[in-house]
Amino acid sequence: MGESLSRVWVYLEEQPLVWLTLTLAVFVAAVWINRRARGAPWLHPTILSMAVLIGLLLVTGTDYDTYFEGAQFIHFLLGPATVALAVPLHDNLRQIRRLLLPIGVACIVGVTVAAATAVGVAWLVGARGATLASLAPKSVTTPISMGVAEQIGGLPSLAAGIVLMTGVVGVVAAGPLFRLMGIRDERAQGLALGVSAHGFGTAYALGISLRAGAFAGLGLGLAGILTAFLLPLAVRLLAG
Amino acid sequence: MLWGLTLVFACQLAGEVLVRLLGLPVPGPVLGMVILLAGVVAGGVPTGLREVASGLLRYLPLFFVPAGVGLITHGDRLRSDWLPLGLGILVSTLATLALVAWLLQRLAPEDD
Repeated sequence: MGESLSRVWVYLEEQPLVWLTLTLAVFVAAVWINRRARGAPWLHPTILSMAVLIGLLLVTGTDYDTYFEGAQFIHFLLGPATVALAVPLHDNLRQIRRLLLPIGVACIVGVTVAAATAVGVAWLVGARGATLASLAPKSVTTPISMGVAEQIGGLPSLAAGIVLMTGVVGVVAAGPLFRLMGIRDERAQGLALGVSAHGFGTAYALGISLRAGAFAGLGLGLAGILTAFLLPLAVRLLAG
Repeated sequence: MLWGLTLVFACQLAGEVLVRLLGLPVPGPVLGMVILLAGVVAGGVPTGLREVASGLLRYLPLFFVPAGVGLITHGDRLRSDWLPLGLGILVSTLATLALVAWLLQRLAPEDD
C-alpha cells in the first residue's frame, strides 16, 4: 500500500495538474476562511494561500520550479488581468481627469518616499550594496522592479521577493492605517494602495470598490513608469 | 465573451511587441492596458469585454499566489539580511501608504 502510494506520488509529481489543482483548492479554502474571519486583512486569501503552499512545498520537499510548472497557468493570467484594468480606469476617467494634478503630485512624492525611506532605513541598520539596490524599487510591480534593480546593481530575484513582502505589508496595514488616519476617500485609498503596494494593493483596492480599484491601477501604472525612469537617473546623479 | 478575451490578449500582445521594439522600460501588460484604454475611450466598452474584465479582476488575488510562493527561493538572503530588509520594507510601505492617501485626500476636491 505504502509503496504503491509513493509510486502514485512519483507519477503525480511530474504532472503540472497536481500543483495547479492544489493552488486553486488552497485559494478556494483561503477565501472561505477569510470570509469566516469577516475579511481580516492578515488572513488575506493571497497571503494565506502563499503560506499554506510554501508549507506544502517544504513538507513534500518539492522545489519551486516543479511547483511553477503547474502554477504557471494561473500566473499567466496576471498579464490579461493587468490589461483588463483599462475597463475600471475608463469608467472613472472623468474623475481622474479632474484630479490629474493632485494625482501627479501624490504619485511623484510617493515614489520618491518609497525608494528613499527603504534605502535610508536599511542603510542605517547596516545594509550595503546589492541589498540596498534591490530595496530601492520595492513598491513597483515585479517586472519593472526586477529590471530597475538589475540596472542599478541589485539582484533581480531578491527584488522580486522584496516586492512580494511589500505587497503583503501594504495589504495587511492598509485597513488599520486608513482608519487611524481618517482616510475615507476611496480614491485616496486606491491610489495609495497602487503606489505603495502595486498589484497586491490593487487587488485589495478592488475589494473595497471598483472605483478604488481604478485609482489603484492608475497608481500602479504611474508609480511603475516614474520609478523606471527616475530611479536609474537618481542613482547615476548620486553616484556621479 | 470570447471576443472580449481575444481583445484583451491582443492588447497584451501588442504591448509586449511594442515594449521590445521600442526598448521601453515598462512591462508589456502595462502598455497593453494603455492601448486598451485608448481603444475604449475612442469606442466605448463592449459588453463582452466588460464581462471578461470583471471576471479577470475578481480573481486578481489568486493570480498573485504562484509568484508569492516564490518567496521560498529567497530563504538564505532573508535569514542573513532580515533586519534591514524587514525594517526597510515596513517603514517605507507604511510611509508611502500614509503619505499618498493623505496627500490625495487633502488635494482632491470633494467627491460628487
